Amino acid sequence: MNPATNSGRALPWALVTPALGWTLLFFVLPFLAMGFSSLTAHDGGGFTLSNYSQFFTNPAYWQAMVNSLQVTAIVTLVSVLLAYPFAWILAEQVPERWQRLALMLAVLPFWTSYVVRSYSWLLVLAQNGVINRALTDSGLFTEPVQLANTRLATITGFVHFFVMLLTLTIFANLKQLSPSYRKAAADLGAGPVRTFLHVVLPLTLPGIMVGAFLTFVLCIGDYITPQILGGNNELLMPQLVMMQIGRRGDFPLASALSIILMAIVTIAYLSCARWLKIERA
Amino acid sequence: MRPSTVAKVIRIVSGLYAVAIYGFIFLPVGVLVLFSLQATSFPIPPFTGPSLRWYDAVLADTRLTSALVNSLLVAALSSAVAVTLGFLSAWGFARFTLPGSALLRGLITLPLTVSYLIIGMGLLVLFNWAGVPKSLLAAGIGHVVINLPLCFAIIYSQMGDHQINIERAARDLGAPEWKVLLLVTVPVMAPAIFAGFFLSMTFSWDEFVISFLLTRFDTTLPVEIWNLLRSGLNPKTNAVGSLVFAVSIVLVVFFELMLLRRKPA
Repeated sequence: MNPATNSGRALPWALVTPALGWTLLFFVLPFLAMGFSSLTAHDGGGFTLSNYSQFFTNPAYWQAMVNSLQVTAIVTLVSVLLAYPFAWILAEQVPERWQRLALMLAVLPFWTSYVVRSYSWLLVLAQNGVINRALTDSGLFTEPVQLANTRLATITGFVHFFVMLLTLTIFANLKQLSPSYRKAAADLGAGPVRTFLHVVLPLTLPGIMVGAFLTFVLCIGDYITPQILGGNNELLMPQLVMMQIGRRGDFPLASALSIILMAIVTIAYLSCARWLKIERA
Repeated sequence: MRPSTVAKVIRIVSGLYAVAIYGFIFLPVGVLVLFSLQATSFPIPPFTGPSLRWYDAVLADTRLTSALVNSLLVAALSSAVAVTLGFLSAWGFARFTLPGSALLRGLITLPLTVSYLIIGMGLLVLFNWAGVPKSLLAAGIGHVVINLPLCFAIIYSQMGDHQINIERAARDLGAPEWKVLLLVTVPVMAPAIFAGFFLSMTFSWDEFVISFLLTRFDTTLPVEIWNLLRSGLNPKTNAVGSLVFAVSIVLVVFFELMLLRRKPA
């Protein structure tokens, strides 16, 4: 007897059910619980929309979302602009046999813990840190400059992380381009600049979009970097969410704010979904 | 300008740019490691070391060392669960046509698009209601949620027709289904399984916000480091941060070597 025919439809379901069950139980159900919680009042009582209306009426909450969107937009733009030339240099100027090593080096700090990486920037940017010491020692400034606990510090920390991430994705993209495209462009008389602008750049644009979207999602949901580097001078959305849990134990409001944050990411996803095709190899 | 001059200019500008970016990437890590060797009590210039006193302080701190063990344990176990569930489901979806397959696959990969903060928040609300206490187990469950879609996507994308044919051959030769799985599919898929496992390990090892929300007294290393940050700039934090960096690099280099080994030059 062949067990494959014997087991019929039971086997495939037995294979996929554990993963589906885990996702339903620990991802979908928590999400529903959060949705339900967001519709209840903090001090008990029944159904209410006040957690959501608070977001639209309280200017401090609204401001946190504006801050988040601004920081995320700046970080995404700056990271792509810094990473693209770097990935291009690694893919086209570095000799083939050194490329793997060069890339691995370029993303090595990517693998340090997130908390540690933000703390490291604090060392660099602090009032008596490395940069301020260099500035005052060189005589350019007589007083240390306020660098830590600013939006600039948050952005620097983020850009550092996402330049590495985007270098990885854009590098992979550039390497996938067949050299025959470039050869064809050269044969048709295009110089290096025109080849880049009319052939290489358009062909790598979808990859850039995927990387930029990834940056957007990870950046807008991150709590650590703004908390450590930005301080509490201005709040971003994740800080606002954590504040509700930490200080006041207000789960309903934290849930509502999380769902609003997720809605923003979903809107961003839908608006660039047609550039984001992830295919099976 | 002659083409060779243009190429030369591009090379020089490229070199300068690459040096600047490498500098930017390594500046914070360099400062972190340098001042972990500071002899005095503040990790700020001037450098007074080298001294290993802060590494001694870290190793003597039982909160940190037990958090390190917790982190490794949570990473290893949650990654094992994630890669097992990911592999079984990838195999099921790649080999059999199931009704609503695309939708179900979408469901499994859905957590990839949601930030860790929201996954952690959801579990916190659910566990709070269900009366599940905060613990390493709760954090481990969360780590499986974030790593399962990753393992599934990696393994599923590597299951091609080539593997189907090998399995078919084994079945034709009379191997029962469990033997096909263990003796054919798992060895053939080993690179993807390793990739999933090690990526999960590094993500779980680094993960902060889920562990922060779902653990209380016994916690993971990133959360314990976070607690250290309250004391401000401190060479001890530099030392423990450098150790975490070292562990991550060992994982990554090991992973690289595994990848290189299976590639013929």
